[in-house]
Amino acid sequence: MKAPPFDYHRPQSLPEALELLRGADARVLAGGQSLVPMLNFRLLAPTALVDINALDELRGITIEGGRLSFGAMARQREIERHAGLAEIAPIFAQAVREIGHRQTRNRGTIGGSLCHLDPSAELPMLCVLHDATLTIQSAGGSRRVAVRDFIQGAMSPGLDAGEMLTRIEMEAWPQGHAFAFLEHARRAGDYAMSSAACLLTFDAQGAITRAAICVGGLGDRPARLTHAEQSLLGARPDEQLFAQVAEEVERLPAEGSIHASAPFKRQIARTLVRRALTSACATMVTA
Amino acid sequence: MKQDLTLTVNGVSYTRAVEPRVNLGDFLRHDLGLTGTHFGCEHGICGACTVLVDGATLRSCLMFAVQAQGCEITTVEGLSDAQAPLHPIQQAFRDQHALQCGFCTPGMLLTVVELLDENPDPSEAEVRDAISGNICRCTGYQPIVDAALQAARTLKGGTR
Amino acid sequence: MARQIGLSVERLEDPALLRGQMKYLDDLELPGQLHVAFLRSEHAHARITRLDVTRARALPGVHAVITMEDMERALGRVRMPLSASPTKATAAITPYILSGTEVAFVGEAIAMAIAGSRHIAEDAVDLMEIEYAPLPVIMSAKDAVPDTAPRVRTEASSNVFNRMHVNYGDIDAAFADAPHVFQEDMLQHRGCGHPMETRGVIAEPRMDGTMNVWSSTQMPHDIHQGILEVLGLEDDALRVITPEVGGGFGPKYCAYPEELAIPAAARMLGRTLKWVEDRREHCLTAVQERDQFWSLEIAVEADGRIRGLRGSLIHDQGAYALKAVNLPYNSATAVPGPYMVPALDMRVIITFTNKVPASSVRGAGYPQAAFAMERLMDLVAQRLGLDRAEVRRRNLVPPEKMPYTKPLKARSGAPVTYDSGDYIASQKEALEAAGWDGFADRQLEARKQGRYIGIGLANAVKGTGRGPFESGTVRVNPSGQVSIFTGAAAMGQGIKTTLAQICAEQLGLTADKVTVICGDTVAAPLGLGGFASRQLVTAGNTVLLAATEVAQKAKKLASHMLEADIEDLELLDGKVRVKGSDVSVTLAELARVLRGSPGYAFPPGLDPSLQSDAKWQTEALTYSNTTHVAEVEVDVDLAQVKILRYIALQDVGVRVNPMIVEGQIRGGIAHGIGNALFEQMIYDDEGQPLTTTFADYLLPTAPELPRFETLYRDTPSPINPLGAKGVGEVGTIPVTAAIISAIEDALAPFDIRIQQTPVLPETLFHLISTARARGLPRP
Repeated sequence: MKAPPFDYHRPQSLPEALELLRGADARVLAGGQSLVPMLNFRLLAPTALVDINALDELRGITIEGGRLSFGAMARQREIERHAGLAEIAPIFAQAVREIGHRQTRNRGTIGGSLCHLDPSAELPMLCVLHDATLTIQSAGGSRRVAVRDFIQGAMSPGLDAGEMLTRIEMEAWPQGHAFAFLEHARRAGDYAMSSAACLLTFDAQGAITRAAICVGGLGDRPARLTHAEQSLLGARPDEQLFAQVAEEVERLPAEGSIHASAPFKRQIARTLVRRALTSACATMVTA
Repeated sequence: MKQDLTLTVNGVSYTRAVEPRVNLGDFLRHDLGLTGTHFGCEHGICGACTVLVDGATLRSCLMFAVQAQGCEITTVEGLSDAQAPLHPIQQAFRDQHALQCGFCTPGMLLTVVELLDENPDPSEAEVRDAISGNICRCTGYQPIVDAALQAARTLKGGTR
Repeated sequence: MARQIGLSVERLEDPALLRGQMKYLDDLELPGQLHVAFLRSEHAHARITRLDVTRARALPGVHAVITMEDMERALGRVRMPLSASPTKATAAITPYILSGTEVAFVGEAIAMAIAGSRHIAEDAVDLMEIEYAPLPVIMSAKDAVPDTAPRVRTEASSNVFNRMHVNYGDIDAAFADAPHVFQEDMLQHRGCGHPMETRGVIAEPRMDGTMNVWSSTQMPHDIHQGILEVLGLEDDALRVITPEVGGGFGPKYCAYPEELAIPAAARMLGRTLKWVEDRREHCLTAVQERDQFWSLEIAVEADGRIRGLRGSLIHDQGAYALKAVNLPYNSATAVPGPYMVPALDMRVIITFTNKVPASSVRGAGYPQAAFAMERLMDLVAQRLGLDRAEVRRRNLVPPEKMPYTKPLKARSGAPVTYDSGDYIASQKEALEAAGWDGFADRQLEARKQGRYIGIGLANAVKGTGRGPFESGTVRVNPSGQVSIFTGAAAMGQGIKTTLAQICAEQLGLTADKVTVICGDTVAAPLGLGGFASRQLVTAGNTVLLAATEVAQKAKKLASHMLEADIEDLELLDGKVRVKGSDVSVTLAELARVLRGSPGYAFPPGLDPSLQSDAKWQTEALTYSNTTHVAEVEVDVDLAQVKILRYIALQDVGVRVNPMIVEGQIRGGIAHGIGNALFEQMIYDDEGQPLTTTFADYLLPTAPELPRFETLYRDTPSPINPLGAKGVGEVGTIPVTAAIISAIEDALAPFDIRIQQTPVLPETLFHLISTARARGLPRP
């Protein structure tokens, strides 16, 4: 189970990397936690790998005001342990802890996760939950795209030949928002059969003023429960209401896997949406 | 085409020419003869090939050796000298019977090294979570958990 | 005599393992070695219509490509020999060393690429051009049975490999006027063994025509025999060595095509060849236990006492038989387990399917038998409104009936005799530890909070210590260090330490003064190896006998040298000493005397060397017994099972090293939990395996497992000098039964009956959804 031969490039600057990507059939090597297994299984045989681990331009997490900006090479472990992020967008740490294992989080990156696009992946879900904007660069220029347009299906990022995802940006929710991320996998660290994430804000009377709900693993991409989000506005936390809005899962596309059929995934997603909403409200009460 | 690679493993500097597709684990095992790092799956799930690169664990089957240019790597061979006493974590593994066939053990040891570096006083649940990416078919994990907890106590006692 | 048996001595194996210094197969680098990769079938059943390896041969770095034709030219044969006498040997049942015309499962080896690196060998495999004409595929053992079914292999006259009838007592009478008869159908699946180290072979042909072969196997002597037969070598021209083995668990019990293909190709090329199975290959080619379809009826008295048991069992053998097919025989004969069953009638059908061959995985058919019987016990309890434990208690073989002989025969022909143990007390003790009696109240309380908790129990016996013998030589070296040479196979379980302890105790030493050499057909030309929880019993008693003889010989010589009466001598701290004095002679000195000196005579009555050979023989098995109690919680919305507590009591006779025994038990339970909740080898309808990675075939990891609470009763076996019983598989046997009983108990308000193992979340989801659709649980 050895990788096929390839040319290896380790550019020292972003322009150099983008230039290398112009070549036909070159793949970007970020954290390698999904790409390298596929190479080892010989599911892919690119002629060249462009290793972007040396690019300082793609590193780091910056927080300015309420705006979060992730370099594509921000590692999952860095996101998990980032003090500023824990304060302003604590759902990141909660979700990232569910990604794989410590050894893979030490290498895995947010950009890599967004370009691999497993339907259950946590970071694409959080990007969808936050309506993130992605920066895509190529030797020819740069463009920005909404994450929901970027995700074109399972393992299908909206990247043209020669393009690279370089930055991920989003607005954090207001200080003190409620949040929850729940997923259910066969084992700790496995890709989830389904997952649910939510963000909520409340007014002084305890009524919901803003809601975002996203489920993962169900269909070919993370999906927002837009009707549920609407239905919650103005409402007070209520178990029955939560159960009711979670039914929106039934209307979403679902695809079965060897571990869970589509109906089972829906059942899990429904349960997790309900529980995530309840759990998020509980964080408010304790806060 | 082979590329030159210089890196430090267990405090020793090595320069070798290596084919880009050779992963770090194969390089350590077959180019440097450090066979304590094992492959259990070669697709990033079992954790047997875990090594420390610049102090952080990773799966050496998922990193190409050429990517380790300039890195400092610790493998199981670097935990204690053959003539020296076992490292406290190794000793705890022995005391708790935390290994049987020993194949997953190097990866487990290095995972516990990183855990205790970051969290010197982990709970049982934290240990189980930390080693969740390392598969052991022999022990049922309980003695590995107990070994990590024992090592934490020893290391806190300052015997390291 | 210094006590060593019964102590949790530190393992001798550990320091080198902990330092990463131990050499497993892939750690060996032989001069000039080349690497092998296999082209393997992509189809579950197909005719090979074209194979062109020209491009592969032409790839730089490739030394050779070998196909079936090449193999046939060199060997005059294409098939594997039978490595042990099979249940039925008339049909062509063994796999091909390489297949060239027809393939019968995905993963079957077709050609080998030999290159300077494994990478290039795999590149060469990618360049091999092959075309197939698909043939009908049989995936279910049930579908294979009808005579009209397409053949799994076109050469076979029938898909049914064998039928067996296991019976005793008057089964018709048992059922004729039975107050109650209950029936149950069950599908049992057990997956792969998955030792963390995969298989692997190195073959080194030598200038003098001899050959060294290294293999990661449980059975070096079987491999030795197989290679001799295929290559036509004389016994002494071949040495088979097992380096450190990173776990066995069954898959390394069989001799495989690769273990013959590599030596054969090495000989053809005159080059040292290495092949290390990768994990995908392990999923495709290493044996699994897979599917058994059970249909059982039990006849009971009004009070739940068993009158008789009858039924059938269809066993999925896969495409070939690598070895004698013993699994279903184990299963069928083990069904009565620890219970008194006056009449038994089991009909077994073994069928071929287009899947990888089946053979033993830790437990070897016993877990399925325990599951079947324990499910019936639960069924009887439920239907008769009795406590599950009470039904079992009424049927357990009581201690006063020990030794208890069943009208069944073991493979050796010896009667099945449970030699010792108190099964009723074992169950009682385990239940007390688990809080069985108070559980119903806790369960009601939990249900009021919307939590579904349940408890389950299972009993089992495991025949261990399978003979007919194991070899062992104990030798005191002139340095004073002691060597043991044995045919027993170390595969990570700690057998070296255990044997060292047994030996050390006889010689008045500590275990660290003993070196154990195993897995080498030169060091121990005769031996059987590792299977059936046998080695402590067989090799342990052999070492006990040999060491005792060495001790006697040492005393005899010492009595000459010290001019003391043998009766007055004792072995202590590496010396033979006159009791109560400081007059002594070291074992090292005695060993030096018995090495001999040119021309000098030995003392009268003594022969050369402070050494003894033994081969303790047995036909009978010694039976370990065990009771497990599991407590689980089921999240009914997520169909998720959490194990809250796990109590395991076992009676494994004298525990030579309690720490190692505990390790074996825990590992066995973990394997059983995998079998109950996680592990399933899944195929699609065309026979493509879908679980060929560790991301898809799920082994339990640390967060999924609870702490195990273990209890021991140490009833010595009366049928061997050590009093030992086997332990390696014992922990695995009752696990699926206990856990699934607990799940069913937790879901009692849903009126769910679980008739299969593993019980995966998807299955539970369907059971719960169906129950909900029926309006359950009732408010």
